[in-house]
Amino acid sequence: MTLDGFLERHGGWLEAGPEEGPVISSRVRLARNLRDTTFPGWASKEIRNRVWNEVVLAFDGVPDSKSFLRWRMDELSALDRELLFERHLISRELAERQTGSGVFVNEDECRAVMVNEEDHIRLQSLQPGMNLQKAWEVADELDNALEQGLSYAFSSKLGYLTACPSNVGTGLRASVMLHLPGLVLAEEIKPVINAVSKIGLAVRGLWGEGSEASGHMFQISNQVTLGRPEIEIIANLEQIVLEVIEHEKNARLRLMSTQEIRVHDHVGRAYGILANAALMTTGEALDLLSALRMGVDLGLLPKMARREIDRLFIRIHPSHLQKEAGAALSPEERDIKRALLIRKFLEGK
Amino acid sequence: MKCDLCDKEAVVHMTQVVNGEMKEVHLCEEHAKAQGMDIHSPISITDILMGLSGTQKNIASELSLTCPGCGMAREEFRKTGRLGCPECYKTFMAELTMAIKAMHHSGQHVGKIPAREGVQTRIKSKIARLQKDLEAAIAREDFEKAAKLRDQIKKCRDEGAQEEGAKK
Repeated sequence: MTLDGFLERHGGWLEAGPEEGPVISSRVRLARNLRDTTFPGWASKEIRNRVWNEVVLAFDGVPDSKSFLRWRMDELSALDRELLFERHLISRELAERQTGSGVFVNEDECRAVMVNEEDHIRLQSLQPGMNLQKAWEVADELDNALEQGLSYAFSSKLGYLTACPSNVGTGLRASVMLHLPGLVLAEEIKPVINAVSKIGLAVRGLWGEGSEASGHMFQISNQVTLGRPEIEIIANLEQIVLEVIEHEKNARLRLMSTQEIRVHDHVGRAYGILANAALMTTGEALDLLSALRMGVDLGLLPKMARREIDRLFIRIHPSHLQKEAGAALSPEERDIKRALLIRKFLEGK
Repeated sequence: MKCDLCDKEAVVHMTQVVNGEMKEVHLCEEHAKAQGMDIHSPISITDILMGLSGTQKNIASELSLTCPGCGMAREEFRKTGRLGCPECYKTFMAELTMAIKAMHHSGQHVGKIPAREGVQTRIKSKIARLQKDLEAAIAREDFEKAAKLRDQIKKCRDEGAQEEGAKK
């Protein structure tokens, strides 16, 4: 099965959603492992293959299993694996794994099931905007359907048993991807991150663990997975994220009332470079698109679909450019393609 | 500051909690390495907690402890912070319990239960959840609520015992 179809489409989680100004998407991930089975990182190839086959069989019990595509990592090229990573459908860790590792992705890309990553199963549900509840419901439903064909490793004391004790219990990691240029520009982001970290939540960059916050994108997620029911973990995260959104909105308002000319200048320069540059690196594009996105939110730029900008945030990445070109490109060739893609978008083509 | 174990300059400084008591630990590079800490790579919270519990009891028999389920040795698990199989949770229970408490401030699951799990697991889990609520109610001196929760817990226990009896 080929991955080319992805290029014409965009993930369903990039549709319009609640609080879509500062919020890009909401995500819920569940970690599950099979009973009496060695975890992938320590398992033999035979065991990993057996786990893959068991999950393939269990997928027959998923009501809309036909809407899922599936790939094994060892049958994909490095470029295709990278493409799945850039679309937030697999982790860097899965992309680097081989025997028995793979992924199931449903057509609108709102659900994905990674097999033999750190755990046997990592089930992900993505929703546009601020919608953790829905993301949880969808993940829960898929988990229930898969469970009919699988016996999970579970203890009444420690809940779902996972390869890393930091995920034990619910195996739940809920996160919200936020665009916070207002807090960054107003130099208020550090205290906000510190405050959020102090109450047991994690703040990460665009690409999760260990990544920098490029394009002013931040992911906030829960750390505690044991001792609280799923709905409580989600409600707690939601409450904190809503407060961060309030801070972002206030920062934007304050910037506009006290330094409007500077904000206008910042956005206008970004637009100017994006509309005219002939060479552009990924990092520069992310930062400028971030300014453009804020400019649209603040009404400083002619009407542009915010969600189209969000799609660009994904399309400008190296594998997407190379897939679209149908060939491997050198870094400079990519910088040319990237600049062209953005210029065309701004010209409305 | 000097290393706790020799006269060299300490490069690793940690605060560890043993049986509820805070204790400062300072180690030089060699002794930190000897405790299984790689000071040059970024350490995750899991690594720190695993390493710490390791400093308490370095008994040879404990170090050579191996999981019967998957053959993972304690050393291996301490190095990576990742377990080998579900059985490892039983094998390495002693040090895991502390690490899990420190990470999650809890040692009892109260969330979703797989449908395949038996009635007993469901009842046990319900009791655990009610007990958590009960503690909270007592803490805020809501004794009316606490009494109701206590009755509910008793009812659950009776149900559990009945189920157990029915099986026999």
